[in-house]
Amino acid sequence: MSGHHHGPPAAASDSHDGPPQGVAAPKVSSFRLLATLFIAGAMAGIAVVIVYQITLPAIKKYAGAKIEGAVREVLRAPARWDTLYLAGDKLTRTPPAGVDIGEATKAFVGFDSAGQRTGVAIEAAEPGFQEEVHLMIGFNPADSAVTGYAVLDQKETPGLGDKIEKDTAFRRQFHGKVAPFTGTKTTTTDAHKVQTITGATISSRAVIRIINNAVALWLPRVRAFDQEGGK
Amino acid sequence: MTAPTVAAASQEELVPGAPPPAPLWFDVWRGIAKENPVLVQMLGMCPTMAVTNTLANGTAMGLATLFVLVGSGLFVSLFRKHIANEVRITSYILIIATFVTLADMILAATFPDISKALGPFIPLIVANCLLLGRAEAFAAKVGPVRAVADGLGMGLGFTVSLMALSALREILGSGSVFGINILGPRFEPWVFFVAPPGGFMALGILLLIKGAIMTRNARRAAEARA
Repeated sequence: MSGHHHGPPAAASDSHDGPPQGVAAPKVSSFRLLATLFIAGAMAGIAVVIVYQITLPAIKKYAGAKIEGAVREVLRAPARWDTLYLAGDKLTRTPPAGVDIGEATKAFVGFDSAGQRTGVAIEAAEPGFQEEVHLMIGFNPADSAVTGYAVLDQKETPGLGDKIEKDTAFRRQFHGKVAPFTGTKTTTTDAHKVQTITGATISSRAVIRIINNAVALWLPRVRAFDQEGGK
Repeated sequence: MTAPTVAAASQEELVPGAPPPAPLWFDVWRGIAKENPVLVQMLGMCPTMAVTNTLANGTAMGLATLFVLVGSGLFVSLFRKHIANEVRITSYILIIATFVTLADMILAATFPDISKALGPFIPLIVANCLLLGRAEAFAAKVGPVRAVADGLGMGLGFTVSLMALSALREILGSGSVFGINILGPRFEPWVFFVAPPGGFMALGILLLIKGAIMTRNARRAAEARA
């Protein structure tokens, strides 16, 4: 863009210091480059923050509703439930100090209409076939019998491994199984055996492993909580 | 320093490499048919393969990309005279990334299940070469109206292709459309079509159909001329 012949004819002196100007003219100053990026960044930041503020309540509400629905499902529609919090390795009725309630590890204790405890629901996650499988698990502390599980998050193979979430027949058979149980490839009515999904043995075994480990981990915690009088 | 400004203003319509003038409907139509991003340009193959296992996912991905294409096209075009050449890629990516972030948050707030199913592929729209390609080749060189028309066309072309591909895969692979079973319980789903290799084969089938139509049209045009 050498614009020397565009220059006003009267400014003859321009041609003398032309070379330095001619070199500098097409070059955009560093300040302008910085200013462009700074303004663009500020505008982008403002747009993102505004939309974040608008969408956050809906996103949080969905997360809460998802957990609530999963608790209701795995505790088989309890009349009501209590929320317990894990502080250290102990369950308490009050949230531990200094921890955000949303972030605290929780156990949900379900009761029937007569006030009898029907089960405890807890979250657990372990690697599946591809990524972590995140489950809500319900079990009855009295006999270690599973009341059900719901998938909170999974990235298993579509059409095969994702049956751990979508195949209701597979999920239903966990009801009443007594932990620890194992997987088998044949139809079974054994309380310690679960029939795995054809073509998704690893995903099926992951669910079995997650539930067994979770019950083994949480049963002592619930029993300790009971022994201390449920405080 | 008045002279260069006048020169720049008179050269406005002569941006090097600017797309030739065209009626507005053609700017839209180009993206849907003649330069369809998926079937002709073969751009954005990563989301095309990854999220077309169900019609709902494919549609949401297409619409999210459409939103980003229109939004980034508009802003790249509006600011095209203020963005210096040296920082243009940085600025375009910033504009695209902003719209992708907005699309991600809006989708999570409105359709949480689809948002979860698409997982990282919505944020990955930033890396879809279709976006930077349209910003650099089109939006940066034309006015905002043409830029929006082009974004709309490319976005619709992308959405329609993804919907065709995901409908084919969901019907054959799950026997359903939008999650509603249409082929009955006696149909054994071809799980293969939901899996990644099936995606490549389904795309191959679509390209075959497109090729056949184009060959037939070319032959008819030749016959009409003869």
